[in-house]
Amino acid sequence: MGMTMTQKILAAGAGLKSVKSGQLIQSDCDVMLGNDVTTPIAIREFEKIGRDHVFDKSKIVIVPDHFTPNKDIKSAEQCRMIREFVRAKGIKNYFEVGEMGIEHVLLPEKGLVVPGEIVIGADSHTCTYGALGAFSTGIGSTDLAAGMATGKCWFKVPGALKFVIEGRPSNFIMGKDVILHIIGLIGVDGSANKAMEFGGEGLAFLSMDDRFTIANMAIEAGAKNGIFPVDEKTLTYVEAHSTKKYRIFEPDGDAEYDKLFRIDMSVLRPTVALPHSPGNAQPIDAIEDINIHQVVIGSCTNGRMEDMRMTARILKRKRVAKGVRVIIIPATQRIYLKALEEGLIETFIKAGAVVSTPTCGPCLGGHMGVLAKGERAVSTTNRNFVGRMGHKESEIYLASPAVAAASAITGRITDPEEMTN
Amino acid sequence: MRVKGKAFKYGDNVDTDLIIPARYLNTSDPEELAGHCMEDIDPTFVEEHNPKDIIVAGKNFGCGSSREHAPIAIKAAGISCVIAWTFARIFYRNAINIGLPILECEEASKTIEYGSVIEVDFETNDIFDLTKNQKYSAQPFPEFIQKIIKAEGLINYIRENMVKTEIK
Repeated sequence: MGMTMTQKILAAGAGLKSVKSGQLIQSDCDVMLGNDVTTPIAIREFEKIGRDHVFDKSKIVIVPDHFTPNKDIKSAEQCRMIREFVRAKGIKNYFEVGEMGIEHVLLPEKGLVVPGEIVIGADSHTCTYGALGAFSTGIGSTDLAAGMATGKCWFKVPGALKFVIEGRPSNFIMGKDVILHIIGLIGVDGSANKAMEFGGEGLAFLSMDDRFTIANMAIEAGAKNGIFPVDEKTLTYVEAHSTKKYRIFEPDGDAEYDKLFRIDMSVLRPTVALPHSPGNAQPIDAIEDINIHQVVIGSCTNGRMEDMRMTARILKRKRVAKGVRVIIIPATQRIYLKALEEGLIETFIKAGAVVSTPTCGPCLGGHMGVLAKGERAVSTTNRNFVGRMGHKESEIYLASPAVAAASAITGRITDPEEMTN
Repeated sequence: MRVKGKAFKYGDNVDTDLIIPARYLNTSDPEELAGHCMEDIDPTFVEEHNPKDIIVAGKNFGCGSSREHAPIAIKAAGISCVIAWTFARIFYRNAINIGLPILECEEASKTIEYGSVIEVDFETNDIFDLTKNQKYSAQPFPEFIQKIIKAEGLINYIRENMVKTEIK
């Protein structure tokens, strides 16, 4: 029986000819990632192992992005601890405020992940790099500590769900709509412990930014990883960003999938996940008037260049609704600068939005836009759990930047098509 | 080893933001985290639970973030075992890695009620509902996972196996 794309990468990483679903393996890792929330625990656990050096100074990447620029003394102390560890161990890929960005947008941009690699990250949205045809998955701090010491991680080889993407999406449909629709279809544990493998002719209509968004939210369906085949778009992206050697894996023709889904993007509508689960996805037409207090456009899900451009396209020469706070966060310094050069930042500010330096801040209720009791937000982030962005009686509606920007103008959840009338 | 305690019962998809809200992640101090454990799903949990009590939940417990702060908060709160129908993948790894006892058991998850007195035998993976006088059998762990559990966590396991890191 053939192997899925994920299984082939894992077999190569473990130095095995083949692997099968359910098998426990130990694999080498090409990249291991930590942030300012998860790395302090990893450092503590690493010290307990009793090794004075990390296994490879160039394969560890640390990005303080959650509570940075530091929001309080405690988070500043966490970052200081990380900085001292990085210096003591000689870790090469550390990105300080000023050069950092939201980790899952930053790593591909810096060319640190390429196709065929095995990536572990102490952040659940590490699955983002599946967009590049890498095996990439979230793990915990202790796993990161073990990885930093040994260069290895254990995995249970996953089975997979196959998503055949077809059709040309209409105007304003983005990767976010595709993945919210899929999570709505299969549920928040619909891909539990499994890979989500994407394919189909519709991929031609999905940019790299769309694919990053889709792979990013694989975890919201419980998936171990999400992965895209490597095509011309992938290679163009990789060659523009990285000099690392890459390896292209393809699923076997007779690879077995637990289930196959066909997703027709030509009929897909802007999709919104209602509180309090990413699985509560509804087409925008099914949503009644819902007034909002805040809009957040950014995060590892939707803080990329195309997200900024779509937002500007909708906000251009318009004003955000009175009483709605609109927070826009370009995910990296490079995106921020490019948005400035393209005049997008001016559009945002003239429309009445605020623009922030890169940070995860509001997505996890950390800082830069925490919600009060009873407040409602449309957010391009990835989780709308109870209390995720602030008070436990606040509400989050997950949507694309197009829906979020349109909603910012009207003050209620709005179909971006309305903006063209 | 056996543990005994009162059951704190929750439903499906208890996410890591419910177990420990992100607003408290500016620290990794176990005691501090324990002080906010389950705060947004059960505000009385911190005051009402006693050391050795047991959390019982439905499907996909610990879904969401990779934060190890979640099992750390539960462990530091003194909870002796978490029983669920299923665990989300990263939470499962994290719990095993830090030595928080967990068991998967559909029947126990469905049948045990809030407040029941539960006893768990980690040698046999048997769960006893002393209030209902019933016994349930939890899923056994794969051999490799058992080794990590026996070492009381991944770090100890690695220290013990620094040279021979291959999984047979």
